[in-house]
Amino acid sequence: MKVHVDMNLCQSHGECVAVAPDVFQLGDDDVLVWQEEVDDSRRAEMEEAANVCPMMAIRLED
Amino acid sequence: MRLVIVGASLAGLRAAQAARSAGHEGGIVMIGQEPHLPYTRPPLSKEILQGTQEIEDATLQVGELDVEWRLGVPAGGLDRERRRVRLEDRSEAPYDRLIVATGCRARGWEGPGSELEGVHTLRDLEDAVTLRKGLSTAGRLLIVGAGFIGCEVAASARALGVEVTLVDIAAHPLLPFGPQLGERWTRMHRERGVDLRLGVGIASLRGHGGRVEHAELTDGTTIATGCVLLALGSALNAEWLAGSGLELNPAIVCDATLTSVSDPDILAAGDIAAVPVALADGTPLRVEHWTTAAEHGQLAGRNALLEPADRAPHVTPPYFWSDQYGSKIQALGCPALAERIEMLEQSPEDDRFVAACVAGERMIGIVGMNAARRLPWYRKQLTEARPLEQVRLALAQESSTLGAPIGAPA
Repeated sequence: MKVHVDMNLCQSHGECVAVAPDVFQLGDDDVLVWQEEVDDSRRAEMEEAANVCPMMAIRLED
Repeated sequence: MRLVIVGASLAGLRAAQAARSAGHEGGIVMIGQEPHLPYTRPPLSKEILQGTQEIEDATLQVGELDVEWRLGVPAGGLDRERRRVRLEDRSEAPYDRLIVATGCRARGWEGPGSELEGVHTLRDLEDAVTLRKGLSTAGRLLIVGAGFIGCEVAASARALGVEVTLVDIAAHPLLPFGPQLGERWTRMHRERGVDLRLGVGIASLRGHGGRVEHAELTDGTTIATGCVLLALGSALNAEWLAGSGLELNPAIVCDATLTSVSDPDILAAGDIAAVPVALADGTPLRVEHWTTAAEHGQLAGRNALLEPADRAPHVTPPYFWSDQYGSKIQALGCPALAERIEMLEQSPEDDRFVAACVAGERMIGIVGMNAARRLPWYRKQLTEARPLEQVRLALAQESSTLGAPIGAPA
């Protein structure tokens, strides 16, 4: 599945990083970097990452 | 099974969505006092007030959610014997399981002149719209209360070029973060041109033709202002639960699974729920954070479908943020319960830091500024209240701190 983050919305709260630190990371400048292609077996985890984002910036696509 | 959710903001919405994704096929009734579909509140004091986010964009994504909305009608009472919520329009909503997420409203002030036009509170979308209009003609904005809302509105108003007087009866802004950091917040506002007056409150408001024109403070000084924001904290929307027999403190006292300790068929989520917090030794606490409302909502939606023994506990440490003057302040855990603050790491320029909130010798929270990338590490440290010394030892092994760790053990 594809993981989209709307960088106009993202404010670097890091809630997604807490859920899946290998997929989402905050760089030195506090800007989010993430892996755009994630294996379908991790859908539940990605959904949780999308759900905990306070800015609702994360969207999943099959 | 009929699920009724009272409160149609973030916690209520997340509860309905979680119940549906967990396979609930019965009815869901969503009762909301406001006429709107759920919307996001954090931008009300920031982007929406500054006009950088449109009001229409505040509505939360509801999607294809199959619920019966009853919006614009507050709940008026709870009859647990007959398992019904009474609405103010005299209709009723029968339930098998009930989730209460009625949250808070802005706390008012009943002093002389409080009824004048130009006197605002900020909690709802309408409040933000009215305040934004008021700011455009204000001349000077007077903010009473230097908590998070007061400080964020001060920053937003300065960004709009509005003159701001910010008063608080306390000795420094952002009281929950304690006196040690207070000096820093005081400096931050004064450097941006805010007329910050501490140790004073509001005595009265006076106006002309029904509009506010002057405020008199408790130290006898007078401020000319056409726009006043009362930012005095919040009051619970719990009156409708009086007589229900639910244990209130005054929030709904819950166990860790968000279940009322008085009734296994009633759960609570968000500001209205007092839930045991591990970092506070399991004391039931109300946590009025946006992210907590989302987490509670999701969990309550899932748990409401289960029998009490199968329900999962809420374990995530509280998380909170505030944006002021382009800086991001973030907090994890329970800073308001700390006895002292100890700096853990700091950038050489002093514009980024993380500090520990300490009770006894244990770290029960952290406060950071412009230190987002360090938060995941601290989140791991905060799943339990660990001795600060242990945290410092672990920190000494960290390579990505903002500067050399402060007070690291030799």
